[in-house]
Amino acid sequence: MTNKPTIDLRWLLKMAWRDSRRNRSRLALFVSSIILGIAALVAIFSLGDNMRQEIDRQAAALLGADLEITSNKEVSAPIRKMADSLGDRRSEERSFTSMILFTKNNASRLVQVRALRGDYPYYGEIETVPANAGRDFRNGQSALVDQTLLLQYNAQVGDSVQVGNFRFVIAGSLVSAPGQTGLSASVAPIVYIPLSYLPQTGLSQKGSRISYRYLFKFDRPVNMEKLVDAIKPRLEKEGLNYDTVESQKEDTNRSLRDLTQFLALVSFIALLLGCIGVASAIHIYVREKISSIAILRCLGAQGRQAFLIYLIQIVVVGFIGSVAGALLGTIIQQFLPKVLSDFLPVAITTSISWKAVGEGILLGLVISFLFALLPLLPIRNVSPLNTLRLSLQPQKIFKDRIKWMVYAGILLFVFGFSYLQLGHWKRAVFFSLGVVIAFLILVGMAALLMRVVRHFFPYSWNYLWRQGLANLFRPNNQTTILIVTIGLGTAFICILFSVQSILLNRVNLSTSGNQPNTVLFDIQTAQKEGVVALARQQGLQVNGTVPIVNMRLEAVNHITAQTLEEDSTIDMQRWVFSREYRVTFRDTMTASEKLVEGKWTGRVENASGTIFISLEERFAERNNIEIGDTMTFNVQGSILPTVVGSIREVDWNRIQTNFLVVFPTGVLEDAPQFHVLLTRVPNKEASAAFQQAVVRQFPNVSIIDLGLVLSILDKLLDKVGFVIRFMAGFTIITGLVVLIASVLISKYQRMQESVLLRTLGASRRQIFYITALEYFFLGALAAFTGIVISLIGSWLLASFTFETDFTPEWLPLLLVFVSVCMLTVIIGLANSRGVLTRPPLEILREEV
Amino acid sequence: MAMILNIQNVTKTYQSAGRSLTVLENINFAVEAGSTMSIVGPSGSGKTTLLGLAAGLDRASSGSVELAGIPLDNLSEDQRARVRNEHVGFIFQNFQLLPTLTAIENIMVPLELRGEKHIRARADDLLQKVGLADRGHHYPAQLSGGEQQRVSLARAFCNRPQILFADEPTGNLDAETSEKIIELIFNLNKEAGTTLILVTHDFDLANKTSRIIKLKGGRLVSDEATVNSMQAV
Repeated sequence: MTNKPTIDLRWLLKMAWRDSRRNRSRLALFVSSIILGIAALVAIFSLGDNMRQEIDRQAAALLGADLEITSNKEVSAPIRKMADSLGDRRSEERSFTSMILFTKNNASRLVQVRALRGDYPYYGEIETVPANAGRDFRNGQSALVDQTLLLQYNAQVGDSVQVGNFRFVIAGSLVSAPGQTGLSASVAPIVYIPLSYLPQTGLSQKGSRISYRYLFKFDRPVNMEKLVDAIKPRLEKEGLNYDTVESQKEDTNRSLRDLTQFLALVSFIALLLGCIGVASAIHIYVREKISSIAILRCLGAQGRQAFLIYLIQIVVVGFIGSVAGALLGTIIQQFLPKVLSDFLPVAITTSISWKAVGEGILLGLVISFLFALLPLLPIRNVSPLNTLRLSLQPQKIFKDRIKWMVYAGILLFVFGFSYLQLGHWKRAVFFSLGVVIAFLILVGMAALLMRVVRHFFPYSWNYLWRQGLANLFRPNNQTTILIVTIGLGTAFICILFSVQSILLNRVNLSTSGNQPNTVLFDIQTAQKEGVVALARQQGLQVNGTVPIVNMRLEAVNHITAQTLEEDSTIDMQRWVFSREYRVTFRDTMTASEKLVEGKWTGRVENASGTIFISLEERFAERNNIEIGDTMTFNVQGSILPTVVGSIREVDWNRIQTNFLVVFPTGVLEDAPQFHVLLTRVPNKEASAAFQQAVVRQFPNVSIIDLGLVLSILDKLLDKVGFVIRFMAGFTIITGLVVLIASVLISKYQRMQESVLLRTLGASRRQIFYITALEYFFLGALAAFTGIVISLIGSWLLASFTFETDFTPEWLPLLLVFVSVCMLTVIIGLANSRGVLTRPPLEILREEV
Repeated sequence: MAMILNIQNVTKTYQSAGRSLTVLENINFAVEAGSTMSIVGPSGSGKTTLLGLAAGLDRASSGSVELAGIPLDNLSEDQRARVRNEHVGFIFQNFQLLPTLTAIENIMVPLELRGEKHIRARADDLLQKVGLADRGHHYPAQLSGGEQQRVSLARAFCNRPQILFADEPTGNLDAETSEKIIELIFNLNKEAGTTLILVTHDFDLANKTSRIIKLKGGRLVSDEATVNSMQAV
């Protein structure tokens, strides 16, 4: 009897099919839980695929030229000479932020001015209304103004706009520029002017922060890689950047990959949630099948034969669910480009991505298989004795090695998926751990709550209440799974809401009270006195101006950009050498600063003495820079060695000019610099009047209205929030589907009892109350757990990420709590109505 | 005559709530092939446990069980399943039909498990013998208790077992139906020459077999031949 009989696959398939006949509606319930997760993933994968194709197709139009060289300073004569020899057609663009004035209504606004010469773009177009304005504006005193700006300021084509000292006729409304996203346009609206008129504006002065862009078109085929390799050393030597169609394509793809990866991970959580729902439903399904399995065992079926019958059912169901999910995903994908339109640099045409569909189906199959194994494994050990009586021997699940292997498989799968998305094993470990910890917290909370309810059971309560409450911890209860799914959904929504209000509150706080709400920058040294006088003349309080010098960091001790790039063991942020530092110099610390280490040096007395600078605490920490370290700066060509003398803690929440690096006085006074002035303008009217006065007298001075920033941030958060809500929606709906599935499955469990109660004389009303109370308790516990988690999460985010105080907003949380409770009760009652409305015998006859 | 079942010094103990509970103690008996036997005794005397051990549904804590010449003690659960499939038929008090399979499919399962082909004719034949030729496509829930037990009988005889175990086969049926089922069991048994082991409370039913063993408190207290044993000879 030792030889193993072969397993007849045909018979297994036949049995799986036969057994499913009376259970198809329930199997459909399992499948419904994973459909949405798969749909979300297929939609995101398809979008990613379509985007890649679109970027490949439109890459040239994104850059608008074959080669681009950019610089934040005017290029040297040799480079200019080299540039003149590159390509067959050349364009030049200079861009900077500046105020513009709509002369019709005297309204002013900070914009990004782009002064353009040449036929750029060579690929794609500057899209305008009227269409020819995109080309024609270069021929005269004309400007293109962002379409939203025109609407906001009630200006039309043909009106005038003043840029600096010069007036332009608005030749067209700018719809889109190459590579521009809806989002970038709303943060910094663009105004195009011809480069030939830039000198007349008076905005191109020494010290002005202008970006230079040189664009080249090659009419004959050129090996761009070779060309770039040849000119790269010279460009890098002068600190210039370059971009080709290929590198632009890579950059765009990389940033869009970040977006789709984030969305895919959010969808993956929905899928995991669905799978946990499936596992829980199968667990109950298997329990009900124990007697059938025992009969089969009695008749001679092996443990693995019985196991395979049900595994086949679930895998087939998983496949159907995945196909349905993939189908739904391809439909949802049609809407995604609209949802994400503000974040995409190219218009996406949606087409079915078979690769994404295949990936989605495969993912659904693997994950439903893995999660189904957990509840299906005990089938192998169902004793045939169950035909005679329930087995007395408890199953030793903890000793089941295969079960632990399945757990490991699930973990590995979650890690593998996140690794594929993130491409970084550390991040994948954090994501996987985060998911596991979140689930463990929820499961722990559910277990704790059940224990508490059981321990402090209110025996004195009315029977209906007691019965409803007791259902939470009775055998086959759905408490854990529902708390995990509904709780996670609730937590998601609440955290999202909290983050949005934390950010907005922070800015609101900043703009309230007596804090400054207007920032003037780009003030030239010669204009300092005049601007202050103007502000005072308008009745505004000014405490002087702050000088700012732009510089770059060349080295920290002996580490340079090159050594940092070559040696990955150096613990320093990559951007430390690539960013531009806006530095001030003063002899005292401000009210928002506190010395935490070292000694503050306010002045360098001796011109050849050591320059002790002060660093902001977190900047120093992140880059591992300590007191006594040397930092070498490049101040527009001059090399300036310094030593870190002190470290300050800075309160960034105060609206004040705060700096990462502060120099002592006596060093930078003669360096090219501009000044910043902060003031508080009491109302909109005063703000408009002040802005007009500044723009008229000092056209190069830019004004940031924090009220406007707040409204832009509000819109931005709204847009980001919408995308996250859209994706979180999949998780929430999955939670609801799992809820419906759990309720329907537990209905079979509850049915017998309800029928018995009705037979014993319970009225429909009483059964209704018991059912309603049970689901109310479930919904309440789940919502409560979700809200508690969201409070902890929001507090952590507020304290450690946004470094601000967190005050929960109770009313919206209460609303969420009530909504979740009501939804749970409604779904619970809707699915149990069969028990309530029909005679017990009819229901009993139906149940097979 | 050869022995189809040989039980020697069988004891069964369960661990429950940290305590040891002996359900059967030192049971010894053997059953001749083709004979009929009843196991009787009050509730909790260990009848069903003994049936489970004898049929290879469970393993004894000590002692040995030999079924159809095969010692079951050292076989794995899957190996015992194979023994059951090849040599044993079962009839249960609560019929134990697979609720998701039709009557005819329920009958065919044991043969399908063996991998036999062309089994439909045999299943149809048995269905006809139990008087349910026109109910083959009905699900168990669509059949009465008596009809379900008849399907269960057809299933039990389907794989031509050498030994048939019946656990209170009429326990859930009314007197009239019970009568018919008993008649059917004995007729089919006689026709197939199968050994029949019956667990029952009903002494009238027990007396229809050729031998009765009586259990009390987990011990075998008597082992007697009935009047039928003479007839059988």
